[in-house]
Formats: sequence, structure tokens, C-alpha cells
Amino acid sequence: MTQLWDFSGGIHPAENKHLSTTRPIEQASLPERLILPLQQHIGAPAEACVAVGERVLKGQTIARVPGSVGVPVHAPTSGTVEAVSMHPVPHPSGMSDWCIVLTPDGLDEWAERDPIADYHSMDRDAVLERIREYGIAGLGGAGFPTNIKLRPPKDRKVSTLILNGAECEPYITADDMAMRERADEIVSGLRIMAWILRPERCVIAVEDNKPEAIEALKKATENTQTEVVVIPTKYPSGGEKQLIQILTGMEVPSGGIPADIGVMCQNTGTAIAVSRAIHRDEPLISRVTTITGRAVSNPGTFEVLLGTPVEHLLKQAGLDEQQLHRLILGGPMMGYTLETPGVPVVKTTNCVIAATAEELPAPPPEQPCIRCGMCAEACPMELLPQQLFWHSKAGEFEKAEHLNLFDCIECGACSYVCPSSIPLVQYYRAAKGEIRIQQAEHLKADRARERFEARQARLEREQQEKEQRKKDRAKAAAEAQAKKQAEAERAEAEGQPADDRAAKSTLVEEALARKKAKAEKAAASEAPTPTAPEAPDLEALEKQLSQATAKLNTMQSMLEDAKAENADNVEKLERAVAKNHDRVKRAEQALAEARN
Amino acid sequence: MALAQQSSPHARRARSTSNVMLWVMLASLPGLLAQVVFFGWGNLINVIWCMALAVGAEAAMLRLRKRPIKFFLRDNTAAVTGLLLGLSLPPLVPFWVSAIAVLAAIVLAKQLYGGLGSNPFNPAMVGYALVLISFPVAMTTNWAEPGLLWENAPGLWDTLNIIASGQQSAVDAFTMATPLDHYKHNISSRTATEVLQHPTFGDGVAKGWEWVNAGFLAGGLLLLWMRLITWHIPVSFLAGLAIMSLAFGSNADLYAPLSMHLLAGGTMLGAFFIATDPVSAATSHQGKLIYGAGIGVLIYLIRTWGDYPDAVAFAVLLMNFAVPFIDYYTPPRTYGHHKPRRGLPGKNQG
Ligand code: SF4
Ligand code: SF4
Repeated sequence: MTQLWDFSGGIHPAENKHLSTTRPIEQASLPERLILPLQQHIGAPAEACVAVGERVLKGQTIARVPGSVGVPVHAPTSGTVEAVSMHPVPHPSGMSDWCIVLTPDGLDEWAERDPIADYHSMDRDAVLERIREYGIAGLGGAGFPTNIKLRPPKDRKVSTLILNGAECEPYITADDMAMRERADEIVSGLRIMAWILRPERCVIAVEDNKPEAIEALKKATENTQTEVVVIPTKYPSGGEKQLIQILTGMEVPSGGIPADIGVMCQNTGTAIAVSRAIHRDEPLISRVTTITGRAVSNPGTFEVLLGTPVEHLLKQAGLDEQQLHRLILGGPMMGYTLETPGVPVVKTTNCVIAATAEELPAPPPEQPCIRCGMCAEACPMELLPQQLFWHSKAGEFEKAEHLNLFDCIECGACSYVCPSSIPLVQYYRAAKGEIRIQQAEHLKADRARERFEARQARLEREQQEKEQRKKDRAKAAAEAQAKKQAEAERAEAEGQPADDRAAKSTLVEEALARKKAKAEKAAASEAPTPTAPEAPDLEALEKQLSQATAKLNTMQSMLEDAKAENADNVEKLERAVAKNHDRVKRAEQALAEARN
Repeated sequence: MALAQQSSPHARRARSTSNVMLWVMLASLPGLLAQVVFFGWGNLINVIWCMALAVGAEAAMLRLRKRPIKFFLRDNTAAVTGLLLGLSLPPLVPFWVSAIAVLAAIVLAKQLYGGLGSNPFNPAMVGYALVLISFPVAMTTNWAEPGLLWENAPGLWDTLNIIASGQQSAVDAFTMATPLDHYKHNISSRTATEVLQHPTFGDGVAKGWEWVNAGFLAGGLLLLWMRLITWHIPVSFLAGLAIMSLAFGSNADLYAPLSMHLLAGGTMLGAFFIATDPVSAATSHQGKLIYGAGIGVLIYLIRTWGDYPDAVAFAVLLMNFAVPFIDYYTPPRTYGHHKPRRGLPGKNQG
């Protein structure tokens, strides 16, 4: 006997599984059109690689994912690509997405196939790549690409590989029926995954309400190392975290992945898909789906081509439209209602419930929480649902988060038991959404702040540089001043009036005037005799020019700064620069003239 | 085809708050029956009177607060509050005393705090404590003398008269101090054996009281079995009381013995029906254990060293005060976390 652990909480809702287990898995009929969403997995959407009007063969790749996260889409049967268009897809929001619409030709003609005789001789990475190429994404849950899941982070060793056949949600029997009828394929798929991961222990876990499946799996695993473990029926034993707890007694750390504690869970349907990809060279083009509920007269479990519209299946199961009240994709605990039966079956569609109003009646109006604690009793994550509800409703998201709102797996056990019929999960979803938005905004604000701070730092740096330049200039000016002083003193000694700093601007004119007078004198006397008093003039002019140039430079850099900062003194500075520019020009002219 | 749109889960257990309350009422029947058999019609009359008044007061308050009356009355919680008061007040207490208790419970303790789910204090116990403080004489002298209904108790009509008139002199012939009260006031001057001679104790622990407590215990077990309450509060409540009694009161010549604490007062009613009121109790399992144990301990302290003969109401109210504090320090440890997250955001993240 394998040791089992219990998880806290849990509920025992009416199972209603018998509805769809009376007959063997039935092949669903071929619909008129197959609608294949380009995104049936988590990751980047695939891109159509066939043209409208093109004939495709069964199993042919019709859409590929450009990046490394995502799996391709294949033609479930031979036919013609009718369109690549927006179409309602299975999603809680009822949204539309890009789909390839395929009109089957009824020939069901396969593309060329190339089964692997012995994968053991292959590289593991090649097998993983094939699993990706064959479009396999987790059939049990959200559709995470299986090849990525099968390659855990390098520092994580998977020692326990769990095949999740618990199927704890009411109504759903897809895994149950597949386990009964396809146990060998499940075991062979498990073997491939085990070969890739090399775990120490392989477990197939099944709830004890599926004796036929248990029997079949036990037979298929005879003389192998694989254990078939029968676990008590209790919702949500099939939740990944709960199943791991049941089988290993360990808990997946909050925010972590099972591989952190050396465990990996795969779905039994995924195992079948892997087996078919390797041994039969069949990409994922069909799956087992339960069509049930009391609004169909002939509920059962069907082998369905991906892309088959739900309404087509409902018709085959004998839908009574008058009775239909609520259409649920998935189970009654975690599934979502469909707005239209026109959506197609995708890789993750395990169940469609066509419920009557009596079967799943509209919930009674919400009453106040009486803090009875039944929700906490039922919560498998050991949360305080009533407190989470209180804070979520009051918009106290920080407190809700503090009480581990994000550990909630939205299993619905709390809402199920609440005597005040409070739609608790709905509140949590809304709160999580709000918090995510807030976080996104925070992030945006953070980025903006970072940008702002970076700019601030740059401006500061520039300011410092500017000041440095100013200091340098001041030094230079002081030196020049000293020099000038010396000259002036010398000039004074020579009997010339000392020029003060203010002469700076008039010096040029004086020099020019002197130059002019001199030229006139020269022209008049025709005696060009450059004399000593001329020398300081030339020097002064040079100095004047260099000073004017320095000033122009300063003004120019100031103007640039001002422009960068969008300051309002730009215009003034521009004028000043222009003035300085003229001044430099004039000084240059004067100097050139003086030198001539 | 208009398909219903609804957020998951789509299935829910058919057990409503009204239903839970209905079961609470049903589960109290064995105790009520024992009360009637041993203490006469008084409790039954009180129960009916208090329930009717409670529902009426609730409706009036809802109307004043402009809330949907039918919708809220359907939850049956006002009826339960009335019921609990009817069960715990002295059987022959004048009608106006119980009326004040009921009005205080519904108007003050419940509706003024925002109605069901928002009341920090157990409404029934607020009402009880209020009249106990305000009318100590009426609340201690109107306990019916134990005896079989068909033997020496006043008839239905007489009982009605006593309750309606509120004439103390009319009552005295049929009343007797409660066993806990009697024991406490006489043990200082006598030995246990002498005290126990008094007819209030009968042949067992406390005549009639033991059956009443057994009745409430049975009803409580039913609630437990139906998972309408969890074991945490009743068990820790009784354990707290028992441990205190064994630790401090093992000498029967000084203090009332454990058997009397468990079977002679409102203990079982308190443990299974009153302390388990979810609205005003602690939330987590650990919190409930502390809450229940606290009530048990306080009951012992008040009964033994306090001025009041029974103490359920005060103990429950005192622990109601402590609930936010208890909840603050006793969050459960969530799956996948090393430590529980105590207190408020930003502190002791675990
Ligand atoms: S089950 Fe409903 S009423 Fe009870 S505590 Fe939880 S949320 Fe409140
Ligand atoms: S939905 Fe969340 S809070 Fe409710 S029982 Fe499940 S895990 Fe707990």
C-alpha cells in the first residue's frame, strides 16, 4: 500500500458522472466545417502557413509558432482551407480570435507519416522537439506546451512523475473513459515521458470512484515500476497542488512550481497524445471530450476532431434546445459558461455540460456573510475565504493579498458550501484582476519614475559639467584678467590710459577708430610706419577675440541646454548668441584688419 | 437561444443560512423540552414571546433602515436570537424584562451595527447582560423550582399570569435559587454534603438542570454531526472550564465541583448554541480554540469569584471583545507557505 496523505478541506459535490459512462467512447461525426483557433495553448499564437483555398491533408501542419513557446496546429482531416478569420473561441470572456476554417472533403486522407521505430535511440531533445512539432499542449489544464513542461529548469530534478487521472470534477468522464479503453497508450506515453525525465517514481493517480479505469490501468502496468495509486474521492483531489500533497505529503511552495520539490504532473490525455506522436506519427488532432448534462438525451464521451463546433456535438448527443439553460465548458466547479454553442472544441476542452434550469439552477440572491467558516472548512489551500471576501469586496486589496489571495486556485469549494450563497470566487477573480491592473500601473509608474530619475541624474551631471566649465572659464578669465592687468600697468607706465574691463566691448571700436585714423593718417602722409604703440592694440584685439569667442561658446552651450530642457529663455539666449556671434565676427574682422 | 451566463462554480450545496438557522432551532428542542418538563411552562412561553418580539423588532428595524424586510427575515437569524434569549432567561422572569433583553439584542447589538454579519457582539448575550445588570433581582429570583411539570409546577395559565403580571410576590412560591447560586452562597458556612441536602440539587448533580444540559448537549452533537458547527469552540469551551475547575476548585467544600459547573448552569447551551454564533466568534481553527477556551476560563472565574451566579453572557461578551485580536494573531498557514501570515500587510511575511 502506498502511503497517502490528506489535503485539508475539500467537498463532495454530486458526481453525475454516470450520465456519460454508459457507452464506450464514440467517434463524433464529421462536421461541415472545422474551426481551428491559432492559439490553443499558452504562449505565442501560431501563424497560418497555408493559403486560403489550399487543400490540406490530415495531419498536415497548417499553423506554426514563430518563437519557442507555443505549438503548431494541424489539419484534423483532409479538406480545403476556407478562410483564416476571426471566430468566437472558447474563452471565459466570450472573445473572438483568429481561426483557420477548414472544410473537410470526407476523404480523411493522411499526409505522409513517419513513425519512430525506437525513440530510445534518439536524442532526448529530438523527442521533445517532436512533441512540440506534433502540437501537444497539456490536455488537462490550461494548455501549457508539453515539451516545455517536460524540460524543467536545469537545477530541478524531477524524482516523481505523476499522471493525473483523478478527474475530480463532477460530470467530466473524458479521462475516466480514456483510462478504461486506452490504458496501454497511457502507459506507453508515460514511459516516453519517464524516459525523458528519468524520475525515480512513476505514479498514475485515480480517484476511487473509477473502478473500471483502475482495473484497466493495473492490467496495463503489470510487471512495470509504475504504481497505480487509488486516492479517495474528494474534490479537488485532481488539483495539481492537492494531488501532489496526497501522493507525497509535500506542498508546492507558494509561487513555485512542482519541479521545485521534484515533482511533475501530467495529464493522462497528454500521455496518449505523446504516445501517438511518437509511435503512430499522429499529431494532436483529436481528443476525448464528454458531452453531458440533462439537456441532452444521449450524453456520452466522444472522440472529437479538434475544431468541431460544440453545437455539432450537442446535436449528436441529442440536445433539447427547449431544456437548455446553461452551457458550460469544463466542469461545474471551474468551467465557464458559453455565450454561443458555435465555439469549437480545442486541445483543452474536456467537457461540455448542457444543463437544464433545474439541474444547475440560478443561485439564490447573495445574503450577508455570517462568518460561519464553512468556506474555510472547505478550502483546500487553507485560506480564509470569508476574510478574502470581506477585503476583496471592500477593495482592501493589500489586505487580501496579505491573506494570500494569490494562492487561491479558484476551485470554487468555498462558494459551493457558502450558506449565504455568496459568489466568493467571483469576488476573488475581480480582486485579482484589479490587483494585476494596479500592479501593471505600478510597474508603469515605476518605469516612469526610473526614467524621471535617470533624466534627473543626467541633468545633474550636465549641471555639474557646466559648473566645471564655468569654473574653468572663470579661471581662464582670471588669468586673462591678471595678464591684462599687467599689460594695463605696463601701458600705464607707458603713459596710456588703463583700459578697464568695461572697455571690452568698446575696445574693438576704439581699435577700429584708431586703425581708421591711422589708415587715414597713413593714407594722408603716405608714410606707413608701424610703431610701438600699435602693438598693444593688436594684442588687445586678439584678447578681445578670444574672449568674445569664449562667450559665444558659453552662450551656445547654454542655449543648447535651454533647448534640451525646453526652458522659456531659449529665445533670449538665441538673441544673445546671435549678438555674440556678430561680436566675434567683428573682432575677427578687426584683428584681421589690424594685422594687415 | 439565450444561454445563462454565470461565474463558476455552477453547482452549490443546497444549504442556506435560513436552513442552518432552522436546524439550530430544531437542535435546541431537546433542551427546551427538558426545561419545560423540569421547570414548567415558563421557558416555552419566554421562547415564543422572545422569538415573536425579535422577528417583529427586526422587521421594524429593517423598515427603518430601508432594507428589504422579507429577504432578511428569511435568514431566520432574528428568530434564533429570540430563541436563545428565551432559553437562557429565568423561566418566570416578567415579560418586560425579556422584552428589554430582546430589543437590546436586535436593535442595539444587531441592527445598529449594520445587521446580520456586522455585529461584533453576540446579540442575545448583549440583551441578557443588559437585563442582568439592570434588573439583578428579577434575573436571580425568577428561576423556577425544579420539579416535574405534571406534579408541582404552576399550570400554563398560572405561568402566563406570573410572567404577564411581573408580581414578585406571586412568583416566590414557585421559585428557588439556581444550584450554582445556592452552592456559592452556602458553601462558606457549610460542608459540601450539607449544602447538597438542599432540594435544588435533587439526587443527581442538580435536579432538572442535568437533564436540560443533557438535552442541549444532544442538540449540540446533532449540529456537530451535521457539520453545522465545528468541534473547536464547544470542546475548548468545556475543556477550559473543566481545567480551571480541576486546577482551582477540586475541593468541593470550598468551590462548586466540576460536575456542577458542567451540568448545573447554562453551560451546554452556552458551549454549543451561544458561543458558536459564528458572526461574533473567531475565524480560524486555532482562533476558535483560543476563543472557546477563553470563554470557559472566564466562566469559571466569574462564577467562582465574581458577583454573578452564571457567567456565560459576560464571558462570551468579553471574548467577543478579544476576537479581532485573536483573529489578528491566528491566521491559518496557507498551503505552500512556511509560516502563517500574521497581522497586517507588510509585517511578518511568511
Ligand atoms: S461560508 Fe459564506 S457565510 Fe460562511 S463564512 Fe464563508 S463566506 Fe461567510
Ligand atoms: S476558490 Fe480559493 S478560497 Fe475558495 S476554496 Fe478554492 S482555493 Fe479556497
